[in-house]
Amino acid sequence: MTGAMTGTATPGTRYRATVIDAGVGNIGNLVRALRRLDAEVDVTCDPAVIRDARCLVLPGVGAFRPPRERLRGAPEEAIRTALQGGACLLGICIGYQLLFDSSEEFGMTDGLGLLTGRVTGLPGGVPLPHIGWNRVFGAADHPLLAGAAENEHYYFVHSFAPEGVPEESVLGRCRHGRSFPAITGRGRVVGTQFHPEKSGAAGLRLLGNYLAWAQLMVERDNECQAPDVDDAAGATGGADGATAAGD
Amino acid sequence: MAALQGRRRLGEYVLRATIEPTGLTRRIIPCLDVAAGRVVKGVQFKNLTDHGDPTEAAARYAAEGADEIVFLDITAAPERRETDLDWVRRTAEQVFIPLSVGGGVRSVNDGRKLLLAGADKLGINTAAVAEPELLTRLAERFGSQCVVLSVDAKRRRKGAAEGPGWEVVTHGGRTPTGLDALEWIGLGIERGAGEILLTSIDSDGMQSGYDLELLRRASALSSVPVIASGGAGALEHLAEALDTDAAAVLAASIFHQSTYSVGAVKEYLGRRYPIRVGRGLEEPNR
Repeated sequence: MTGAMTGTATPGTRYRATVIDAGVGNIGNLVRALRRLDAEVDVTCDPAVIRDARCLVLPGVGAFRPPRERLRGAPEEAIRTALQGGACLLGICIGYQLLFDSSEEFGMTDGLGLLTGRVTGLPGGVPLPHIGWNRVFGAADHPLLAGAAENEHYYFVHSFAPEGVPEESVLGRCRHGRSFPAITGRGRVVGTQFHPEKSGAAGLRLLGNYLAWAQLMVERDNECQAPDVDDAAGATGGADGATAAGD
Repeated sequence: MAALQGRRRLGEYVLRATIEPTGLTRRIIPCLDVAAGRVVKGVQFKNLTDHGDPTEAAARYAAEGADEIVFLDITAAPERRETDLDWVRRTAEQVFIPLSVGGGVRSVNDGRKLLLAGADKLGINTAAVAEPELLTRLAERFGSQCVVLSVDAKRRRKGAAEGPGWEVVTHGGRTPTGLDALEWIGLGIERGAGEILLTSIDSDGMQSGYDLELLRRASALSSVPVIASGGAGALEHLAEALDTDAAAVLAASIFHQSTYSVGAVKEYLGRRYPIRVGRGLEEPNR
């Protein structure tokens, strides 16, 4: 790995992450957590920066629609371009909900459609919003969850959650009123309904796993691309047998 | 009676094992009083003594398994000084569980500064009594999940004209407000409070148990989580508070004096309630 390669960290930090700032909510504590995990962090909504990023994080608190409208147009296209170029994307809380096809919060709003499913209200009969630590069960074998215990607890703050998500992309479920996918992933797009940056050691582990996974994807892509470059001699190729779930 | 208890336990077991509607755990929250950026202790906010760095204390509690930390900046209200925020920043850089900071929030701008410094939630007490609309403005700007209405309740004396109940007091119990505590909680939720931190001023610091009747009444009427505060002195007190349906229990003295570690409290309560256990502790049987 060298710093010159696309998306890799500059010397002095281990990882590089680009936090997409959709203009709502306090993302300071997410940035603090990523820095604590030795990541160099850009905070931006600039399409040119997003387009070239390889480790994207989409946070969000509050309601679905304001950040959705903020992303519409150029930022959204930049996210799609980055993903086509091999970027990884982690959505958190509202950022997670934005990844799905639609949300019914305050009337139907389309999402980014990067994950299959729709965001609907949690049923009554339990306190809403769902605030506090809940356990995530049925954890899938995925790089994001390396080292996580079965029934790991994470910190949730929300009233809406995805449903109609294909079982093969559900990486972990939680129960509050109904069972809902708390972690979902397809290819290089992953997301958590809970706040890993507020979920203690378990949350930091998940964020660290994401940074390492995104880094691995960058390195793997660079190796794969190496034969196309003029001085390809010595390139090792991409068949490193890593377990990441690429599409 | 024993048979009844046995049936109840079985019922709880079946509920938890099969149709449990939520895996949400009850929260255990250590509270730290902070003055001029230092942890302080005193009785009824008097004779304060220095007890170290807030960041170090919060990190220690988080490592023990605390679900959240509540900081109360007790210099803020009586002296009307701006909260010193450096300690909030340092804590947010090192402690990755929810941090609630109360004291000194009188405006949306005060709240914004605290949230930018790293607080996840704002505790509002005196300022909300003076201006209930502040709760609404904070909730509209930052979301209800950020807004914790802190209510200090004092039991009315026998024979009081208003009848039995609790009155809202401010400034550590020194200032009566004339507001009925339960009515104020209902109003505060309507105004935008996302959680209620309910402290019994009669029980606070006494270590003889929470005001259970107050908690029962408040939990029954509140549509948002109620955090029980004031009076914890023994493990059984925390369990009694959770029996009232409080979503969380807050305690200060038992943790500061190391009477019990957060881990020991959670191990005890975990036998009866869904509790998040830290690493190294066994998951309760389900």
